[in-house]
Amino acid sequence: MRVSVSWLRECVDLPADLPVEDLEQALVDLGIEVESIVDLRATVTGALVVGKVLEIEELTGFKKPIRFCRVDVGAANGTGEPQEIVCGARNFAPGDRVVVILPGGVLPGGFAIGARKTYGRNSHGMICSAKELGLGDDHSGIIVLPGDVKALPGDDARPVVGLDDVVVEVEITPDRGYALSVRGIARELAHALGVPFRDPGLVPAPAGTAEPAYPVEVRDTVGCDRFAARMVRGIDPTVSTPGWMRQRLTVAGVRSISLPVDVTNYVMLELGQPMHAFDADRISGPLVVRRAEAGEKLTTLDGVARTLTAEDMVICDDSGPISLAAVMGGETSEVLASTTDVLFEAAHWDPVMVGRTARRHKLFSEAAKRWERGVDPALALVAVERAVRLLTEHAGGTAGAEILDLDHVRPRTPVTLPAGLPSRRVGVAYSPERVVSLLEQVGCHVTRGADRLGEDPGVAGVPAAGGADVLTVVPPTWRPDLTDPADLVEEVVRLDGYDRVPSVLPTAPPGRGLTWQQRRRRAVARSLAERGYVEVLAHPFVAGELADLLGLPADDPRRPAVRVANPLSEEEPLLRTALLGPLLGILKRNLGRGHRDVAVYEIGAVFHPRPGVGAPPAMGVDRQPTAAEFAAADAVVPDQPRHVAVALTGDIDPAGWWGAGRPAGWADAVEAARAVLAAADIPADRVEVRAAEYAPWHPGRCAELLVDGAVVGHAGELHPAVLAALELPRRTSAMELNLDALPPAPVAPAPMISGFPPALIDVALVVDEGVPAAEVQRALVEGAGELLEGVRLFDVYASEQLGAGRRSLAYKLTFRAPDRTLTVEEAVAARDAAVARAGERFGATLRGA
Amino acid sequence: MTYRNDPYDPKQVALLAPDALDGAVADAEQAFAAAADPDALTALRPAHLGDRSPVSLARREIGALPPAAKSDAGKRVNEARRAIEAAYAARAEVLEREQAERVLVTERVDVTLPYDRRPRGARHPLSVLMEQISDLFVGMGYEVAEGPEVELEWTNFDALNIPADHPARGLMDTFHIAPPPGAESSGLVLRTHTSPVQARTMLTRKPPIYVVVPGRVYRTDELDATHAPVFHQVEGLVVDRGITMAHLRGTLDHFARAMFGEGAKTRWRPHYFPFTEPSAEFDVWFPEHRDGPRWVEWGGCGMVNPRVLRACGIDPETYSGFAFGMGIDRTVMFRHGVSDMRDMAEGDVRFTRAFGAGA
Repeated sequence: MRVSVSWLRECVDLPADLPVEDLEQALVDLGIEVESIVDLRATVTGALVVGKVLEIEELTGFKKPIRFCRVDVGAANGTGEPQEIVCGARNFAPGDRVVVILPGGVLPGGFAIGARKTYGRNSHGMICSAKELGLGDDHSGIIVLPGDVKALPGDDARPVVGLDDVVVEVEITPDRGYALSVRGIARELAHALGVPFRDPGLVPAPAGTAEPAYPVEVRDTVGCDRFAARMVRGIDPTVSTPGWMRQRLTVAGVRSISLPVDVTNYVMLELGQPMHAFDADRISGPLVVRRAEAGEKLTTLDGVARTLTAEDMVICDDSGPISLAAVMGGETSEVLASTTDVLFEAAHWDPVMVGRTARRHKLFSEAAKRWERGVDPALALVAVERAVRLLTEHAGGTAGAEILDLDHVRPRTPVTLPAGLPSRRVGVAYSPERVVSLLEQVGCHVTRGADRLGEDPGVAGVPAAGGADVLTVVPPTWRPDLTDPADLVEEVVRLDGYDRVPSVLPTAPPGRGLTWQQRRRRAVARSLAERGYVEVLAHPFVAGELADLLGLPADDPRRPAVRVANPLSEEEPLLRTALLGPLLGILKRNLGRGHRDVAVYEIGAVFHPRPGVGAPPAMGVDRQPTAAEFAAADAVVPDQPRHVAVALTGDIDPAGWWGAGRPAGWADAVEAARAVLAAADIPADRVEVRAAEYAPWHPGRCAELLVDGAVVGHAGELHPAVLAALELPRRTSAMELNLDALPPAPVAPAPMISGFPPALIDVALVVDEGVPAAEVQRALVEGAGELLEGVRLFDVYASEQLGAGRRSLAYKLTFRAPDRTLTVEEAVAARDAAVARAGERFGATLRGA
Repeated sequence: MTYRNDPYDPKQVALLAPDALDGAVADAEQAFAAAADPDALTALRPAHLGDRSPVSLARREIGALPPAAKSDAGKRVNEARRAIEAAYAARAEVLEREQAERVLVTERVDVTLPYDRRPRGARHPLSVLMEQISDLFVGMGYEVAEGPEVELEWTNFDALNIPADHPARGLMDTFHIAPPPGAESSGLVLRTHTSPVQARTMLTRKPPIYVVVPGRVYRTDELDATHAPVFHQVEGLVVDRGITMAHLRGTLDHFARAMFGEGAKTRWRPHYFPFTEPSAEFDVWFPEHRDGPRWVEWGGCGMVNPRVLRACGIDPETYSGFAFGMGIDRTVMFRHGVSDMRDMAEGDVRFTRAFGAGA
């Protein structure tokens, strides 16, 4: 909300010389966020004066009509002679008073005014529009001062146009609707600065009369618990809104429409009570306030034809709905330029109903914003009175004697507050007197328990000794947010000052540190970073076509995806089911930015919908849901395992003065996957790597990784077709593992460290090239028995000699016994057993044998 | 004097003469000094200390001497030999040292050649910061709690005292999950804050609860320099007997000092959050800000609303609690002077590498 300080001053005695910074600090300390605070006095420098137009000479021959004016600016120009000014606007005539900035002045935005030759004449200054003065967006013409403004040529124009003010724009939290008004902000400032406050909401207003101002029937008193109205007849429809009111509306960002409408907006800004003005001649028959019928139609003031639902509320006359209650009026009863009889309405609506209607129709009017946040139900008659006075004062007419007030507002439930609760919750010792005084300051009516007992000895069960410690608090009507003891505690600490809360460090009970999963995630992240991979955090939104681009089969479990109902981009409405898609997007972005060698990784959640689940069961908040209720709800939440993935392209080992680089490939991706498993402390002998065909990988260059026989992920080079579709370089490789599928690391048993010398034997085995090296190695390990300490494949070799389709795998075997030096015979026997096993299983023969 | 009747070479006998021994020593010293390197010196050894060297031949002559003369001659031969050995050793040491020094010179390389065969990887600064904050709180006895990113509306909103029609729900620009076929609502959202983990924690643990919750959250903001649809928060939750706002302040002050140095402090502004009451936003005094020391908006905090405790099965008469949270992206931005939020989301390796592997 934007409001000028001069308006606030009508309700609160702010110090005359209150610095802007102090005003801002006061608001911030109250919990009111200050978006901006502009001292208009400083926005225009130099001589800005009232001028009276004496003569206008129309200049022709230019692209647009131009006027050469002689303007009386009194003695402001030092000579007393008329000022000669060229002006492009046409909305003024000789005799009009205008706002002139003389040479040497500077307008907002640093626009310096000088004497200059333009359109063949010398122009000495400028006649200003509201926009040029920073007073709003109106640039349709220059400012012409209304006749009621008392100002003489040469007078400083700043006070006349409102440039002697400070404008504050504040952001109000959703709990404090009452602060969306001059009344509310002024009240808060009065608390903060300790200055007197005059409540414009508590001025006397005539009560409802037996005869209604207009026949009205409220059929839903829950949706509308108060409806007040009064008629003003015979106003002069030609009277325009006074300048000061228009100025205040402009500052608040409200467009001036007509005096009756401006009055309702003015009252809304001042008191916080949204109002409506009907043209009494354009409504027929009694007004009925009711829920709309589903499908009913209404064209609102913004010209939109709306179809209503049974939850909306409407005001109807004989013709049907004429207003979307609390949100926006309708066209058919709108006040027109010819309106002479006005029916002012001030009601009180159910905030939940208004909020739903506003959201349903996407109509976030100023009125709806206030209703949703809570409007003081006690304001209706005051607001009607204020509106009637403002209108009749300026446009004449007669206020009807009848005042309608259908009041179904229920009294507030008092809040029981143990007087010691604020101290216990805040950690500051507030005396009961202090608590009472602070609550009274915000407008609460507070009864101390003992007093209440005295008044009402009938209340049983309250022990007299402790009675004084309990406060019965009736919050003020304008604070619908104060419903719980905790709300009152906040008022106490807020007004007493948050800065008075001391600093005490609580002592937590001993914790158990990070979980193994959390430690593992860190180890994996660090391991990949140390291997040259750069961590990225991709957004999880993906396109529906991604699954096709990746070549996933029709029944692939990664195809069903969680869909966002309101995605930022309609092209990416799904949540990733694998990290790889978004990760490849980031890889591509890096390539696009000129990087050639890129290796990136991500650890993050992927999302798998639960097939066949509906919506979660409804759960209240008045108690804890039962375990069964919560489990049923939680079963709807998509499975969100944490994955780790890498993608790499270009050289993994760069070329340099030491020699050539080495391009990244399938083996690096497999290595990265193994590195993850190693960082996760999965023992190597529980890890299996085997060939797989799995999109989006190259069918001949894809490994699946298994732990304890279960597949945990895939690694290798990506499918050439996928790379082409994604416009990624050939040989781009990747791996992705499901971290959540990895078992916990075992408590590792310590190995026996033998001090006896090892026996090292190399074997080269010739096998069919289709035999996986990993399986040959496993056979060697099994065959070699317990004496085998280590095995390492050190060469892979194919040649014509070996024959087509054959290859040689050369292993270095290390044998060692825990208790003796092995004899050559023992070592050779173990080797022979190893080779024999490989031979049995794969027909492996010793090379050269 | 009688002599053994052995074949006798007068020249050899002459070797035992004092002059001859002195000469042998002098010859050796001279030869050794002339040796240019250890190999040359080694080559000289047979001539001066070998079996056919003058001192060795002289020793052989001793046997031919009368017994009375043997002792004296032996002593002189030994002295001469020791002198030659010493000269040899001294020269060898010099030459070996010289040669070692020559090798060091010839093996000299340009150590400034760049050697970056394994390019550095890096951790994302957001991950690193979330871990640092987690560690700080783990050190205080807290545990790290986590929850799903696609979350029940109930835990994201209802349980946190944000009823369906409350304007506060509208303020959190929420990604909703599309309903399953035939249903009106999925009852699921992309969590708008880490606070649903509060509810999950309270539903599954009994007080005392001391947890810190790092995680990813979502709002429907287009990605630009200061907004992102995906960002990160860390929040803390404490529920215990007798917890007050003073404990909240103490915790935040400690946190601020640990993060921003001993000069850091916090300041509170009253604010509204449905799940805390009283509530505040807090600023931190950040002495190292790139534009000079200043207050920086840091996060929100407050006392857990008794309604939230009740919805999660904790008796608000017995227990009270506090909660606080802050945006990690924002924290990285002001702490490191990141001026564009997109840099953290786009994954340009130049950005992330600047932060290293993260300690």
